[in-house]
Amino acid sequence: MMRAGLLLLLAALTQLGALSVHAAVSAPCGTWKGTGECEDVSFDMSDRASLQRGAALFMNYCLGCHTTRYARYERFAEDVGVDIDLLKEHLIFDGSQPGSLIVNGMKVADAKKWFGAPPPDLSLITRARSPQWLYTYLLAFYRDETRPLGHNNRVFPNVGMPHVLEELQGVQRQVCAPVRTYAENGGVRRDPLTRELITEESCDVLQVDAGTGMMGETEYRQAAYDLANYLHYTAEPYRSQRISVGIYVVFYLLLLIVILWMLNREFQKDVADKH
Amino acid sequence: MSAIAAWSRSAMDWLNDRLPVTHVWQRHMSKYPAPSRLNFWYYFGMFSMVVLVIQLVSGVWLLMSYNSSTVTGAFSSIEYIMRDVELGWLLRYMHSTGASAFFAVVYLHMLRGLLYGSYRRPRELVWIIGMAIYVVLMAEGFLGYVLPWGQMSYWGAQVIVSLFGAIPVVGEDLVTWIRGDFLISGITLTRFTALHVVLLPLVLIFLVFLHIVALHEVGSGNPDGIDIKRHTDADGVPLDSIPFYPYKVLPNLLATAVFLLVFCVIMFFLPEAGGYFLEHANFEEANPLKTPEHIAPVWYYTPFYAMLRAVTYPLFGIDAKFWGLVVMAAAIAILFIMPWLDRSPVASIRYRSWPSKLALGVFIVSFLLLGYLGVQPVTELYSLLARVGTVLYFSYFVLMPFYTSWEKVKPVPERFE
Repeated sequence: MMRAGLLLLLAALTQLGALSVHAAVSAPCGTWKGTGECEDVSFDMSDRASLQRGAALFMNYCLGCHTTRYARYERFAEDVGVDIDLLKEHLIFDGSQPGSLIVNGMKVADAKKWFGAPPPDLSLITRARSPQWLYTYLLAFYRDETRPLGHNNRVFPNVGMPHVLEELQGVQRQVCAPVRTYAENGGVRRDPLTRELITEESCDVLQVDAGTGMMGETEYRQAAYDLANYLHYTAEPYRSQRISVGIYVVFYLLLLIVILWMLNREFQKDVADKH
Repeated sequence: MSAIAAWSRSAMDWLNDRLPVTHVWQRHMSKYPAPSRLNFWYYFGMFSMVVLVIQLVSGVWLLMSYNSSTVTGAFSSIEYIMRDVELGWLLRYMHSTGASAFFAVVYLHMLRGLLYGSYRRPRELVWIIGMAIYVVLMAEGFLGYVLPWGQMSYWGAQVIVSLFGAIPVVGEDLVTWIRGDFLISGITLTRFTALHVVLLPLVLIFLVFLHIVALHEVGSGNPDGIDIKRHTDADGVPLDSIPFYPYKVLPNLLATAVFLLVFCVIMFFLPEAGGYFLEHANFEEANPLKTPEHIAPVWYYTPFYAMLRAVTYPLFGIDAKFWGLVVMAAAIAILFIMPWLDRSPVASIRYRSWPSKLALGVFIVSFLLLGYLGVQPVTELYSLLARVGTVLYFSYFVLMPFYTSWEKVKPVPERFE
């Protein structure tokens, strides 16, 4: 019976495991690459250079409209190793104190008038969506003259936001171009004789006009990564503390378990003697 | 006798004349006869107590910085706790992980009851008080989930509270009375806070107290379903028992440390548990004008939520939602009468044959299936599966009087072997 119970428990646990795997894909990326799956990248909060670059991008390009009203400048500076003087000089543009929350002066009523909806606060965006979603979203803007501000987004169709990073990425358009095709097993299809790629014409390919951006493709992807990484940090600035405290707690409990196990063993000898 | 020993003895006598300290200690700890043969299923009651304490302590400290006076204050005070309060993130994750852990251990504790017939005579009241604890716990969990005022808090509350609106005649007035407003608002938030923080914890602690007093009155059960009081020594102490303190306290402590290890691994390394302990949508502040595409309750309510949604036929001119509510309430209520549904001559599943084992297996599978369906969006197939799951869930109880009196049972030994 004991064994049956354990098996049952195990079955229940695997059930839970299956559920959480399902939950991992909770933020599908609109019509990105047809399937709506987000770009598969992993983020690294210990990469301070990336976080610093991401913060610089955020302060320069995002903070005009978006806020992170639960995060403080100084906390970021301490966590990521930025000197307070450098912080004041390069990252605080509105004369705020280092201990201030990262907010802007845009009025909600104005924002509603200008964009249709006020730009959301971004403190928790990577927890409400996912950092992968944000990264993919930053890659997915394209010119669309039918939209009021001239841009649309594959990940978030008909979003009210213009492509503020366009000067970095360059003008991205939806064009018709030949694309590679895939076999049922997921491999790229090639001509069996010539080994040439078998392509087909597709009219929703995103392509950047050459020479229109300050960055190349790799460079822009890195910028999008840095920005997503920074906001991922902002969503849970205490994450590294959580993990390092957690490791100590786990070791403490393991030690406690060993001691309790030995203590219990001594006492159970009495029981064995009694019976 | 040394002076110190004499003094401490007279101090104890003084105390015992005024408060039954030694008596209570002996009755419930050092001379409480615990069955000498128990297995790991018997730890989950202890774990529930541990989680209750975790929730009370972390809850008190969260309340020191939580602000329910305005709706925007509620959401931002949670973030304030997480970011600006020293180790505030730990308090919050402790409480959110604790909520899920509470249900996990209580469900396993209840399953232990079903496995070994813990609800049977003379433990009917222990079981009924335990069920009352479960019902209060569900209310407590629901109210607590509203307090962070995220999108799921708001829309979850909206869905659950509006269920009462399906009750004929009084429904709409009842809903307004519960909300204290014509929609879920700041008024609702403050009253839910009062209930979550003051009233229900008091009721919970009182019921837990009764649960233990009632248990110690009749004595703990065991996996064999043997009545250990039938064979006692000259002093009336059951032969198959050992004093609870220290011989059962120590294994309990060890098990608790292992439980805390699992708890801490989740709390420190997976606090969101893939969106099941802390839902993604709840990191967005409540917005009454924006309905989320997919509203799902937290995992511990999903089996009942699936039953609620499985009912889609109106009956006697009353909305299907009402009948869904009835089915959901019945699914919980039927557990209360377990002691009278079970007609088997033996308590433990160990001495029963395949009908009981099959029925319990089907019940567990249906509960897990319904739990899975409760988080999924409604499709035709899932809706059908939810109906099948609901029927299987109820058949475990409804058919119990028949298969338990009909099946052959194995002889139960007089004492532990």
